[in-house]
Amino acid sequence: MSENALAFVEKQLLAKADLSLAQLEKVMGQLMVKQIDMADLYFQATHIESWGLEDGILKEGSFSVEQGVGIRAISGEKTGFAHADDIQLLSLESAVRAAKSIARGVGNSNIASMTALRSKQPSSSRSLYVPTDPLLSLSEKDKIALLHEANTLAHDIDSRVKRVSVSLSGSHEMILVLGSDGTLAADIRPLVRFNVRVIVDHNGRIEQGSAGGGGRMGYTYFLEQGLSQSMVKEAVRLALLNLEAKQAPAGMMPVVLGPGWPGVLLHEAIGHGLEGDFNRKGSSAFSGRIGERVASPLCTIVDDGTLPNRRGSINIDDEGTPSQSTVLIERGILKGYLQDKLNAKLMKTHSTGNGRRESYASLPLPRMTNTYMLSGNSVPEEIIASVDKGLYAVNFGGGQVDITSGKFVFTTSEAYLIEQGKITQPVKGATLVGHGPDILTKVSMVGNDLALDPGVGTCGKEGQSVPVGVGQPTLKIDAMTVGGTNHE
Amino acid sequence: MSKQATFRIDSEQNIWKTLIEETLDKAKAQGATQAEVGLGVSKGLSVTVRLGEIETVEFHQDRSFGITVYAGQQKGSASTNDLSRASIEQTLSAALRIARYAEPDPCAGLADKADLAKEIPDLDLYHPEVLTPEAVSVWAKECEDAAREADKRICNSEGASFGQSENYRLYGNTHGFLAGCPSSSYSLSCAVVAKDAQGGMQRDHDYTVSRVLQALKKPRVVGIEATDKAVRRLSPQKITTGRFPVVFSADIASGLFASFASAISGGSLYRHASFLLNKIHQPIFPAWLSIKERPHIKRLLGSAPFDSEGVATVDRDIVKAGILETYLLSSYSARKLGLKTTGHAGGLHNWFVSTTCPDLASVLKTMDKGVYVTELMGFGVNGVTGDYSQGIAGFWVENGHIQYPIQEVTIASNLAEMFKQIVAIGGDIDTRRNIQTGSVLIESMTVAGN
Repeated sequence: MSENALAFVEKQLLAKADLSLAQLEKVMGQLMVKQIDMADLYFQATHIESWGLEDGILKEGSFSVEQGVGIRAISGEKTGFAHADDIQLLSLESAVRAAKSIARGVGNSNIASMTALRSKQPSSSRSLYVPTDPLLSLSEKDKIALLHEANTLAHDIDSRVKRVSVSLSGSHEMILVLGSDGTLAADIRPLVRFNVRVIVDHNGRIEQGSAGGGGRMGYTYFLEQGLSQSMVKEAVRLALLNLEAKQAPAGMMPVVLGPGWPGVLLHEAIGHGLEGDFNRKGSSAFSGRIGERVASPLCTIVDDGTLPNRRGSINIDDEGTPSQSTVLIERGILKGYLQDKLNAKLMKTHSTGNGRRESYASLPLPRMTNTYMLSGNSVPEEIIASVDKGLYAVNFGGGQVDITSGKFVFTTSEAYLIEQGKITQPVKGATLVGHGPDILTKVSMVGNDLALDPGVGTCGKEGQSVPVGVGQPTLKIDAMTVGGTNHE
Repeated sequence: MSKQATFRIDSEQNIWKTLIEETLDKAKAQGATQAEVGLGVSKGLSVTVRLGEIETVEFHQDRSFGITVYAGQQKGSASTNDLSRASIEQTLSAALRIARYAEPDPCAGLADKADLAKEIPDLDLYHPEVLTPEAVSVWAKECEDAAREADKRICNSEGASFGQSENYRLYGNTHGFLAGCPSSSYSLSCAVVAKDAQGGMQRDHDYTVSRVLQALKKPRVVGIEATDKAVRRLSPQKITTGRFPVVFSADIASGLFASFASAISGGSLYRHASFLLNKIHQPIFPAWLSIKERPHIKRLLGSAPFDSEGVATVDRDIVKAGILETYLLSSYSARKLGLKTTGHAGGLHNWFVSTTCPDLASVLKTMDKGVYVTELMGFGVNGVTGDYSQGIAGFWVENGHIQYPIQEVTIASNLAEMFKQIVAIGGDIDTRRNIQTGSVLIESMTVAGN
């Protein structure tokens, strides 16, 4: 983030409220009483809009503004937190009193001058996305036209399409972090999303299909190379495919996962278990296992917050640390955890730029950004051909994991039977269940076709949602439990 | 009168009511034919104790102001958390601007005036307390201590949390409706980790929740229950794939009826996105099963005097003798379907599902041999087709008794079939939820393991 962005956010968030950096440093001084080791002030202002078209009518639009400041004070393993939704000195001071109530000490600790500390902090001049407001990237007329075109196209593709819902949403978020360690950083984050859902009806059988995507850019992204049209075609294709889907199989079998969004497997099975908080507390099935083999040597997995324009990317995390690419698993060996400042400090290591929060009103936690597996050498067709009887799963809904037992699930939304090395029959959605610490030891082939998801991921943890990305090449897992209804 | 001066969450209600009235007037003056405003204020305290020490103390304070305007049948909405006059003005302008771009929707508009609640019963939902982090941390510590001392196999803790929140929501519209309802909520939860001799770890939790502080379960009881649940999951096995009867424990069985509620809600029906399309007055469940809705029970978590558009909530039979008696409609979805609102904008209010036998033991005995599910994982419920496929954790049951814990297993069927195949419901009702049911036995599902 350039100096210009910091100046811009400072003006937007602070100057408007008649707050100066000098005043904030004074507030920080009030916060840093004895026993408080670390503290930060997090300012945020977000504008969000959404437009929804249903039954051919642009019937809904909404606009919202959310802003506030979150104040955190840390003493050892203790955290005090308070927030205020009006950004002004008085509210700040009362939130400070609340946040520091975890420490009984009085009087200022001997923190060095903030300005002196600041020079020690790494500064990031990276700009992974344009800071301009995506809400202004298209006129209202053009946004609405985009939705109508999508609706018309969906109906034109197939007469079995009975209902179409299309939505377009965007947000423009500005954050500024001031930390007791000298951090002073800002980020301006655009985020857009397009979504289409169709309901098809054929002789009384009703099915649905949906598709969408987006990222940190303006709405014009959806107009490039007919992207919105491709998403509409994809939603219709999936809905029509579901009309043909037969019962999914039940039991243990080889599973081939397609490239891209099926990387939600990595997010659930591996990613969460490697978040610093669980490992600091020793409650993860991966706790204390750095250096051990947890996957087949074909697997190298990274979490990378630095991919331009991706939904899961951030210039800096919500504690002001520049995002980075962190190797989680290298050729099957567990290499590292994802850290925020608190857990890094307690585990005597450094933040990996993964301290993220849903908003000023919630505490930062170690969270993923874009998590994906690197390409291998196999050709996808050869992977399918290697399976005598199994499942080929291309698209998924959500997933979930129990960090402690390591058990995870994810549910297919597009899958096919593989019979004698050939893709044969589409099957209904089925939940796949596995054990995180050993699922990747069963990976026997990795494709050369790494793809990232279209920008649809939202991760929930402790009630907080943050946008994330996933990706992977085609993978073969030798045995996994498939939760269909068809048991022979 | 009161022992201690307490800051009530609705203490500034007159200021807010004036703000809402003025905003509605301005909306009309600026061209809206109808308008509605929702204003919410909440504050809360949450304290987590882990391994005997305070881990986090969080103070929450939130406000929200949302306005929807209708210019004829064109609708626009906007919201803000900044309640300054300037910000409210901007929010109103944004809503009016959007309404100009929206296209006429014949069903758009406020609820009909005749359907709005005329009297607002006092449901006794607000029981404020002055609590300090120190005071509540004592309860959390007592809870976690009890959990950790209850069994040697408890090796770690995710802590015990006490939460307090107070909420006030005001709703007003240009039909002249303006009413609010303050409420309080208290909760205590605990999550612990148990370890077996082989090093396998299992986590589980328990919680208590109430609108009245004194009605919470004792901290020790919550802690010990969390430990019992974690310990009995240790050393799970996979089971062989096959078709078996399945019992859903009371706390997760409410999810089955939540899927039912979603399938009979107006939004799913007018979109044709429901497996229960056109099933009104038809049998959905076995003939002995009934579901009653009682929105006005004092102090209950799901109680509400009116729905989110001011429509009066009333007692209803949702299912009687297994037959679907009503859909769940807002005024919008009702108009889309050519029906009348049922006061379900914003969701359902206190459901009570009938029972067939006294307790869980008798439900397991009726099952004899099969799967007892205590945890569901995943998102494998398809509301359009009713197709159901979820990951589970639970127990293998034989001769009506729990044999051993199971994990890495899935259960699958279709909700329409599952509803018809409900064989028994226990009297072990989970009263912590909006949908109160006991454990539910389903005749047969595909269970996938090895």
